[in-house]
Amino acid sequence: MYEFDWSSIPGSLPFLWDGMKISLEITLQAIVVGIVWGTLLAMMRLSSIKPLSLFAAGYVNLFRAVPLVMVLLWFFLIVPRFIEQLFGLPTGTDLRLTSAMIGFALFESAYYSEIIRAGIQSVPKGQMAACQALGMTYGQSMRLVILPQAFRNMVPLLLTQGIILFQDTSLVYVSALADFFGAAYKVGDRDGRLVEMLLFAGAVYFVICFAASQLVKRLQKKYHPA
Amino acid sequence: MIKIDNVSKYYGDFNVLKECSTTVEKGEVIVVCGPSGSGKSTLIKCVNGLEPFQAGEITVNGISVGDPKTNLSKLRAHVGMVFQNFELFPHMSITQNLAIAQVKVLGRKQEEAVEKGLKLLDRVGLKAHAHKFPGQLSGGQQQRVAIARALAMDPICMLFDEPTSALDPEMVNEVLDVMTELAQEGMTMMCVTHEMGFARRVANRVIFMDHGRIVEDDEKEAFFANPRSERAQQFLAKILHH
Amino acid sequence: MGYQWNWGIFFQPSATGDDTYFGWMLAGFKMTIGLSLSAWVIALLLGALIGVLRTVPNRFLAGLASAYVELFRNIPLLVQLFIWYFVLPELLPPSIGEIYKQSNPILQQFLASMVCLGLFTSARVAEQVRSGINSLPRGQKNAGLALGFTLPQTYRFVILPMAFRLVVPPLTSEFLNIFKNSAVCSTIGLLELAAQGRQLVDYTAQPYESFIAVTLAYILINVTVMTLMHKFEKRIAVPGYIGGK
Repeated sequence: MYEFDWSSIPGSLPFLWDGMKISLEITLQAIVVGIVWGTLLAMMRLSSIKPLSLFAAGYVNLFRAVPLVMVLLWFFLIVPRFIEQLFGLPTGTDLRLTSAMIGFALFESAYYSEIIRAGIQSVPKGQMAACQALGMTYGQSMRLVILPQAFRNMVPLLLTQGIILFQDTSLVYVSALADFFGAAYKVGDRDGRLVEMLLFAGAVYFVICFAASQLVKRLQKKYHPA
Repeated sequence: MIKIDNVSKYYGDFNVLKECSTTVEKGEVIVVCGPSGSGKSTLIKCVNGLEPFQAGEITVNGISVGDPKTNLSKLRAHVGMVFQNFELFPHMSITQNLAIAQVKVLGRKQEEAVEKGLKLLDRVGLKAHAHKFPGQLSGGQQQRVAIARALAMDPICMLFDEPTSALDPEMVNEVLDVMTELAQEGMTMMCVTHEMGFARRVANRVIFMDHGRIVEDDEKEAFFANPRSERAQQFLAKILHH
Repeated sequence: MGYQWNWGIFFQPSATGDDTYFGWMLAGFKMTIGLSLSAWVIALLLGALIGVLRTVPNRFLAGLASAYVELFRNIPLLVQLFIWYFVLPELLPPSIGEIYKQSNPILQQFLASMVCLGLFTSARVAEQVRSGINSLPRGQKNAGLALGFTLPQTYRFVILPMAFRLVVPPLTSEFLNIFKNSAVCSTIGLLELAAQGRQLVDYTAQPYESFIAVTLAYILINVTVMTLMHKFEKRIAVPGYIGGK
């Protein structure tokens, strides 16, 4: 039988924690950018101005058709060269974290925008008519009446998407960044204790994501008792 | 035929049925009425074991419903039931709806089952719709098919759970007509319904329920002439002004 | 910008000489399709079973199914893949583990990827199946039982055929996901589409062409699956209901 040796873990905790900070940083900024950019995309998609809605539809469908790994590879291998050339930066500038973050945010925006679009459409049509009857502009109606209701309906879905996003950050492994998973892998590889470190990483992800999803469920029950 | 003896039922702490007792003889038509939440639908679902109950006993044709050893599927196969929302199977044609349980439960041959089903479909006046799907029929038509589906199993008695309350007013009569005809042919029936005209026409007895209790259980004439309880009087007055 | 576009690169013989670069891409494409389809079979069968179990009255079975779903939903796919590929062979009894480790490395990569993707997706399929069953009117189950069907018969003839139709649209999106998620398997060295794309960048020094071609291939898969599933949805639509005639 395999003999477990967990002794690598205690000493490497500070390193793992640094990795976790990177994971959380990417998650948070992708959530923020994703929601802001996603809202704009959703509004463009629903707008009556053809070029805007076509652009948004194209953007969303493109990013939803391509694997996240591919997007990250684009932003790891291709985009940095492009930026270097564009801004005349010295080759080899470390743009990994920046470009991983941009890649993530742009990718997740497509998913957020679909959630937000459904949320906006779930607000009864009469609400918009009522706003217009009161003399509000389109912008005012959206900001004061439609979006607040839409977001209230969407909170559980947005949070659940956040949990999925946190899991997805492990994929920055393809750009050799030391996020939490990357750090765990590196320690395991160095000490020849890959089995233990991978199981440990899995357990940590499970505890965090399970706890977070239970919290979302509670919130949902509290605000939307079925 | 149906004997309900001191039946009580709880949802957690909530007492939905309180010591209910009554009997339905062969060939009798019983109408169960009462305000919503009085437990009448729950009571009728206990008769074929769709709802479990915690105390008392129900027997159908001498077979105990609450006994864990009873083969409930076998019992239900001979107790027809008609639901408030019809509950035809939307993914099957009308013909298939009529035939499926005959084939899978009673073991009849497909052709035999279809033939029997179509005969009953003709009886409820819908032969022309045999090839359609439930979603293509009106509510009244769907309910008539549902009655035909139950009859196709050669039931020894029929349970009706508010068969007309999900229908638009103009469709109520087509369903009641079928039920009236059935009653006049001597089918044993237990009907939860608010249709007092139907009760006057065909019922032998009327049961009035309130807060999980059987408050009145009278011959039809006695019930309509002068109900003893105040609640039943109020209920009848309200129905009148509907 | 001094980039030299060269789309002809795909028809040049590859560095190893036995194929063109287009051949590499095609091999990756086939691997992605083969892996995704075989994982999808596992996901559908297991997912349907687990999803049904979550709705049965038996508390123990329902709880077990729910634990399964939580386990596979709350660990990132990449971590699961590494556990299947690096950890599990170590934990097998040595005799079996050795046979496995001495087998063809490509077979090892493929097996780990297929099982991992299949089980990961099965948890998602199970959730869709469960919510499909729960969205059916409760009376349907009662109507089945009242006709004398046993519980398994009620599931087979009444609940599942209808639930199945309800879950086809959400399952389409899971089906699309499995193709996209298969790209994760490039991380353990499986030469599917994304991995071939990476290889092309290294070998051809034509990164834009390589990545554009691979990205287009994924879009092609996406569009094809969507078109097919849309046709399928139309075929199984129930007359008189939303989506039917």
